[in-house]
Amino acid sequence: MSEPSDIQPGDLVAALRRLTPARIGLGRSGAGLATAEVLRFSLAHAQARDAVHACFDAEAIARGLRELGLDPLIADSAAPSRDVYLRRPDLGRRLAAESREALSRLAAPASDLVLVLADGLSARAVHDHALPFAEALLSKLAEAGVALGRAVVAREARVALGDEVGALLKARSVAVLIGERPGLSSPDSLGLYLTFDPRPGRTDAERNCISNIRTEGLPYRAAAHKAAWLIREALRRGLTGVELKDESGPALGGAPAQAALGAGEPG
Amino acid sequence: MPTRIMTGARTWAFRDLKELLAKATPPRSGDRLAGIAAESAEESVAARMALADTPLKQILAEPLIPYEEDEVTRLILDTHDDAAFAPVSSLTVGGFRDWLLSDEATPEALARLAKGITPEIAAAVSKLMRNQDLILVAKKCRVVTALRNTIGLPGTMAVRLQPNHPTDDPKGVAASVLDGLLLGAGDACIGINPASDNVAVIGDLLKLLDELIGRFGIPTQSCVLTHVTTTTELIRRGAPVDLVFQSVAGTEAANASFGVNLAMLAEAREAALSLNRGTVGRNVMYFETGQGSALSADAHHGVDQQTCEARAYAVARAFDPLLVNTVVGFIGPEYLYDGKEIIRAGLEDHFCGKLMGLPLGVDVCYTNHAEADQDDMDTLLTLLAAAGVTYVMGVPGGDDVMLNYQSTSFHDALYVREVFGLKRAPEFEAWLRRMGIAGEDGRILEGSATPLLAGARELAA
Repeated sequence: MSEPSDIQPGDLVAALRRLTPARIGLGRSGAGLATAEVLRFSLAHAQARDAVHACFDAEAIARGLRELGLDPLIADSAAPSRDVYLRRPDLGRRLAAESREALSRLAAPASDLVLVLADGLSARAVHDHALPFAEALLSKLAEAGVALGRAVVAREARVALGDEVGALLKARSVAVLIGERPGLSSPDSLGLYLTFDPRPGRTDAERNCISNIRTEGLPYRAAAHKAAWLIREALRRGLTGVELKDESGPALGGAPAQAALGAGEPG
Repeated sequence: MPTRIMTGARTWAFRDLKELLAKATPPRSGDRLAGIAAESAEESVAARMALADTPLKQILAEPLIPYEEDEVTRLILDTHDDAAFAPVSSLTVGGFRDWLLSDEATPEALARLAKGITPEIAAAVSKLMRNQDLILVAKKCRVVTALRNTIGLPGTMAVRLQPNHPTDDPKGVAASVLDGLLLGAGDACIGINPASDNVAVIGDLLKLLDELIGRFGIPTQSCVLTHVTTTTELIRRGAPVDLVFQSVAGTEAANASFGVNLAMLAEAREAALSLNRGTVGRNVMYFETGQGSALSADAHHGVDQQTCEARAYAVARAFDPLLVNTVVGFIGPEYLYDGKEIIRAGLEDHFCGKLMGLPLGVDVCYTNHAEADQDDMDTLLTLLAAAGVTYVMGVPGGDDVMLNYQSTSFHDALYVREVFGLKRAPEFEAWLRRMGIAGEDGRILEGSATPLLAGARELAA
């Protein structure tokens, strides 16, 4: 460790900023912010607004899942457009009639876990992170002998859509990988919501969540370690939610432990 | 009780108090989502006219959610203070609004009244009030609480320093804490929303804040905003817990969706009190609320979201909290669509909380999928400062990098302090002067050699 007094004021701000993505050390114009910072903030807000309204490429995600050896289906929620989706979260939590019929017709065999990849509030998060994270997770699940059902790519979807999907596919549990509400510094944050015994009417207190899965946040490998632990424990104990506390410990050689319950639920 | 009222040639009928309150509510997307909003502008005003004629006693007599079904209703009715209510008991809702605005409603009279006010009474009268009424009456309400400093004294506004980090990295959290302290924030509390639910990680964050507060002798309290059962478990394991946090809502079913009930909150409060960590007071609870949480959990019983929100304050009030804040724009556009709806809701929540005797702060905030921006937040912050808000949030640059929303910044707090001449909690203000961070007038000093910079250098090294 170098001698603290060696650090000059400008360097101090730069060094502290390396410790966090938060907007620290901004300086002041009187009580306010300097012009450049006000504009930097405006640009980030504009980018996040654009992420909310970006078009979701479900076919590309389905192709990627096929390459990982899964056999995905594409489903739609009952929200017909982004505008309706934003005002009517109840519609984003239910399947469109055609999708419900399609999933019912499958007469899927029972499985331990179904993966749902959903656009949520940031299609960009799913485009950027869902496939590499799924790859990391699948290898962990294979080690643990978890029996996977059909994967589903869901459009205009909220977290709770997974409850209906999981029930129709006779899955013991469902993991919804979904684009989280975009932040100014993270328009691409992916969340995972795990629900044991999925069926319509489940509450958020009955889920476990791992949030902020992205390159600058929780890396894929650490997130997969955490998710695999939660999935194994959920299947073993027969529950998810507030009674399943994350005690997974750090991944070997990996980042510190992180998993959140109910933090920043995207709807 | 059914109500009928005429506007010109038209007659409007309202089935019961629940429908009347919902239709009298100024427009917002959440009530439309629930299918309970007025169907026209005229119907909404007709409902307000009928509500104005409704006796306050009728509100007490007609519970919106049955006593037998809901422990929040039981709490509200079982703890209602008839003696405190007596001075206004003969009034209608409209008459109550007039009384609140009158010179009779002094700060002392309002303080005596608080325990006689149920959430439904507060919500009802707020629906008849314009924004200026909500500001004026809230400004007259004084609520003072204390733990390791004193919050809510006249002429003060506190700030919660919110140093969130996307992966709970201790050095990253510490960097944001130092940044906030150097800009004079942190008297309400230093409160982290953790990304993790991991008991060990939360315990480490509590230790980190305790060490920082101890090292610099900061007269403030820390909090890690995790589920109440996790905090109770950590208290059992000997963690340094100043404040117990929990999100609460206004119905038993909505609280169940958060995994909490009144008994769990009481148990956690007892556990925190047993640690005796207060220096100037014993308010050990911190609650967050927000319009739309009951509807979001499908647990609203057809009650409008603003009335549900006021009921959450009855839950908070039962546990003598140090801090309560509505997170007004966090929940999203399906509940509060744009800047106008967020501003109105923020003023309503602050008014209802203060009228009920709570130390109400506001997380002045918005998300990126709402039709709102920084200008709307400046407007709401300014109005709340005029209304005497107990505290607001301080987030570095206004950008919460863990929860992914925009709140108020350390700089925003400096702005309202300058415009309104607002001081901090006195113990904290004195500490800032001792540390050479702020001058006698409370303004941040430029280029000062404060001991905190040594801490910052160690962290950076």
